[in-house]
Amino acid sequence: MSSSERVLEVRDLVKHFPLTQGIVFKRQIGAIKAVDGVSFDLRKGETLGIVGESGCGKSTLAKVLMALERPTSGSVTINGKDIAKARGSELKRMRRNIQMVMQDPYTSLNPRMTVGDIIGEPFEIHTEVAPKGDRRKKVQELLEVVGLNPDHINRYPHQFSGGQRQRIGIARGLALQPEIIVCDEPVSALDVSIQAQVINLLERLQNEFDLAYIFIAHDLSVVRHISDRVGVMYLGKFVELGKDNDIYDKPAHPYTQALLSAVPVPDPEGREQRERIILQGDPPSPANPPTGCRFRTRCWKAQEICAEQEPLLQIRPGTGHESACHFAETHDVVHAG
Amino acid sequence: MSNPTQPVGPGLPETQTMVTDQVVPPAQEGQRKGKQKGGKPASLWTDAWYDLRRRPMFILSLIIIAVLLVMSFWPSLFTSIDPFNARTCDLSTARQLPSAGHMFGKDNLGCDVYARTIYGARNSIVIGVFTTLITALLGGLLGIISGYFSGAIDVISSRVTEIFFAIPPILGALLIAATFRGRANSIMLVILALALLGWPMTFRIMRAAVITAKSQDFVVAAKALGAGAGRIMFRHLLPNSLAPVIVVSTINLGGFIAAEAALSFLGVGVQSPDISWGLMIADARNRFLDAPLPLVFPAVFLSITVLAFIMMGDAVRDALDPKLR
Repeated sequence: MSSSERVLEVRDLVKHFPLTQGIVFKRQIGAIKAVDGVSFDLRKGETLGIVGESGCGKSTLAKVLMALERPTSGSVTINGKDIAKARGSELKRMRRNIQMVMQDPYTSLNPRMTVGDIIGEPFEIHTEVAPKGDRRKKVQELLEVVGLNPDHINRYPHQFSGGQRQRIGIARGLALQPEIIVCDEPVSALDVSIQAQVINLLERLQNEFDLAYIFIAHDLSVVRHISDRVGVMYLGKFVELGKDNDIYDKPAHPYTQALLSAVPVPDPEGREQRERIILQGDPPSPANPPTGCRFRTRCWKAQEICAEQEPLLQIRPGTGHESACHFAETHDVVHAG
Repeated sequence: MSNPTQPVGPGLPETQTMVTDQVVPPAQEGQRKGKQKGGKPASLWTDAWYDLRRRPMFILSLIIIAVLLVMSFWPSLFTSIDPFNARTCDLSTARQLPSAGHMFGKDNLGCDVYARTIYGARNSIVIGVFTTLITALLGGLLGIISGYFSGAIDVISSRVTEIFFAIPPILGALLIAATFRGRANSIMLVILALALLGWPMTFRIMRAAVITAKSQDFVVAAKALGAGAGRIMFRHLLPNSLAPVIVVSTINLGGFIAAEAALSFLGVGVQSPDISWGLMIADARNRFLDAPLPLVFPAVFLSITVLAFIMMGDAVRDALDPKLR
């Protein structure tokens, strides 16, 4: 499905939030290193899943990609132009190519706008996309595309269920015909039965319109279902990046292995025997991450080199995809036991 | 942009099937949706207006306000007595109880209370309505700007409002009215003084409401679409933070009419022989125990006015909340 055309290139992306002290004369006493050197590519029609626990920088990454936050350094290049450096009308034009589906369908829709106004807003902002007379028809077509009744155009968000609201959010993201959609936990707020419907909708739309997704989630099975490639984040960095089957069946990084061993298995047969890796402690503060490898404080493989030398994200001997561990070795956790 | 595929268009057969998350159609709206189906586009404001026209409370308040406005501009329609003509007053009949010719009785100077109440409406209503409008517009506009942009704009405007909060209202109004005395008519001075001291309240309320609203995801979504500051402030934040401002403004309206009385009492507001409800209440206060009616009648009119505006404000607030329709 994925052609070789790269629509998004992210290089050494860094986002630090300054920690300040004082009220009138603020001085910086440190920084939260929310995203600290992330690089990846996204091809047309491809889905990159990003997983990681709370606070690892997933949502900040999404905000920086959407140019809602300016990166501290690094670049986010969409079709050859750096959105992080774009300003004014150029930025506005670039936004047509990257849109977002948000996590909470209850707060992401303005309660005082009709569905027609919500989905029509992209056309009002980017007036060149659709002439005024066509907009209402376009909105109704979008409603149909996401599986909602076009006659409900005059309703308000509170008259819809959570899943339907998320469809409205997706329709809004689709309106400008972007090539890239950043989905920031698009199904975590929904019931499991509705999650599947929304995921299937996203997949169908991807095939229809050749969309590229950045799919952020903490539910590993959802990410595996939809992703072509998966990146695992820990404390603002990718620790492992590869094809979904490589990550899930042949994880190389100890953190990925620990994450996968925690995935609930619905089949009672044999699940008692499978290996469980239980990590000790909490993730360190992103304001003061450990030297060298960031995972070393919780890693059972950690040695001196891990504190001294930061492992780079690269293909390691004996593994088929990139990982950031000095002692990377593949180990099938999910099917072990 | 170069997107070869068209997301919208005919001929997407798989989308024809409706996905059925359970639909939640509120029972009461069935009829009008039928009328509007695919027809006229609805928006918050047209829906609110459609809803308002069906609220008895709104209609009632509108009728009361209309009567009061007619009373303000054509008082002679309601009474044949001209209270500005000194000959209509007769000291010998001071504090007379209501009678056939004088249905509200007479005041301390033997003037007809009914005629004075009717003629007093104009000053009181003009002062109440205009002061409220100015405070709501000025405070609301600055509040929304300050709340949205935060940073230096917010710090400066918040400190300025704190300075106004620190001024004792009556003293401040006295100062303003006395300073500009003679350069404008007394009604305009009262409006100016009260509005100048009243806007910080609306500012604070609007600012707080905007700060709450702007942290919500739909504002982030609008930014991601490329919406500018103006669109975010007036399409997204304003409708979501208007309710408390409407409530406080309509309640304040009565307060402003009463404050005018205090200023008149101190000699800077409306002065005799001009008439206002506040002035009448202040005049009748001294003899309230032996003659309560000259105070009660203008006070009742004042209360009805305030009530009508509060009712209208409540109806508008409810109509602007789609969940309450």
